[in-house]
Amino acid sequence: MPAERMADFRPDAAADVTDVVCPVTFVKALAALDELEDGRILEIRLNDGEAARNVPLSLKDEGHQVLRLTDNGDGTCALLVRKVSACPVE
Amino acid sequence: MVVDYAALKKGGFMRQKQKDHFSLRLKVVGGELEVAQLQAVAEVAEKYGRGSVHLTARQGVEIPFIKLADVEKVKDALAAKGVFTGVCGPRVRTVTACQGNAICPSGCIDTYALARQISERYFGRELPHKFKFGVTGCRNNCLKAEENDLGVKGVYRLSWSGEVCTLCGVCVKACREKAVSVRENTLTIDEKRCNNCGRCAKTCPTGAWKGEPGYLLSFGGTFGNRIAQGRQILPPLKDTITFFRVADAALDFFDKHGKPEDRFLAAIERAGWGVFEETILAEVRHAC
Ligand code: SF4
Ligand code: SF4
Ligand code: SF4
Repeated sequence: MPAERMADFRPDAAADVTDVVCPVTFVKALAALDELEDGRILEIRLNDGEAARNVPLSLKDEGHQVLRLTDNGDGTCALLVRKVSACPVE
Repeated sequence: MVVDYAALKKGGFMRQKQKDHFSLRLKVVGGELEVAQLQAVAEVAEKYGRGSVHLTARQGVEIPFIKLADVEKVKDALAAKGVFTGVCGPRVRTVTACQGNAICPSGCIDTYALARQISERYFGRELPHKFKFGVTGCRNNCLKAEENDLGVKGVYRLSWSGEVCTLCGVCVKACREKAVSVRENTLTIDEKRCNNCGRCAKTCPTGAWKGEPGYLLSFGGTFGNRIAQGRQILPPLKDTITFFRVADAALDFFDKHGKPEDRFLAAIERAGWGVFEETILAEVRHAC
């Protein structure tokens, strides 16, 4: 069983994108990640539905490591993502 | 001057209501044109037309107000820059495509590559009536596959491995069909709900889901005077080799059963859907 399954990730920072809609959800999440050091974990609060469906894929495509998505049970979800900086281009 | 309208029309010259003027239809595959081609189009529209083009409903370009006397000059000027005339009439028309997985994050198949292959193999082939191919990269269906006589939709054929799954919950939310759930420390997949959209595999951060391209076909769509949605009669095909076997068989079937002015759907109905399905299934079985 992968170790991450039981891991208790501790976020270093938090962002709330429940007040915006696509594509600003993604932009706001990226901006919050931008503030972090490589390897730090951001907890993003996003609306269930479209944002919860799409933001994880967008962040994955940007190269970040998506760790967990939990339903908060109040129409929002918590997404944990570890910042991965792009490899420096030679 | 004796005008061969049929020859003109085959070459994509659409008669305008204005005497001796034609709207020239150009060959475009998958809605993609190079800048050099666009420049050639612009030059011709300026010099021989009235300085404008029309973007058609099926990703084509037409240059209106071309004079009959200029037809050959216009063809030569365009061909010199790699732009060719389209077709009209009873034959395989412009092959349309969305941007697919070469560009779009949702894409499950390489729509451009497939559209080009389809166009190379069939474009302009004569049939009882017009025949349209359209290729859309995923279930979002931006290209509206089912409007076409033969529509292709990209999906994923999936497998899941518990070895690497972290039960992160991302695919549970990504799935629009509610086919995935986490229960008792494992992932449960309801195959009856799954429509192979591939979103779980796209979004999975660990690679626990693996998705291989699949080609879901629809037959007999028509959105002209008669409106009907193309029908899916096969599970997703696993490769383009099988696709071309099926497409060959579908066009041959149209040739065999269609009367002049029958659209593909009418030909299928004339022979019966059961007969058509048998023909197509035989090809798929053969390919397996
Ligand atoms: S159909 Fe899918 S792959 Fe094609 S453009 Fe739309 S979302 Fe992208
Ligand atoms: S392919 Fe689509 S419908 Fe099937 S489980 Fe994955 S996300 Fe759900
Ligand atoms: S997204 Fe991948 S790692 Fe996460 S629960 Fe689904 S299969 Fe497991």
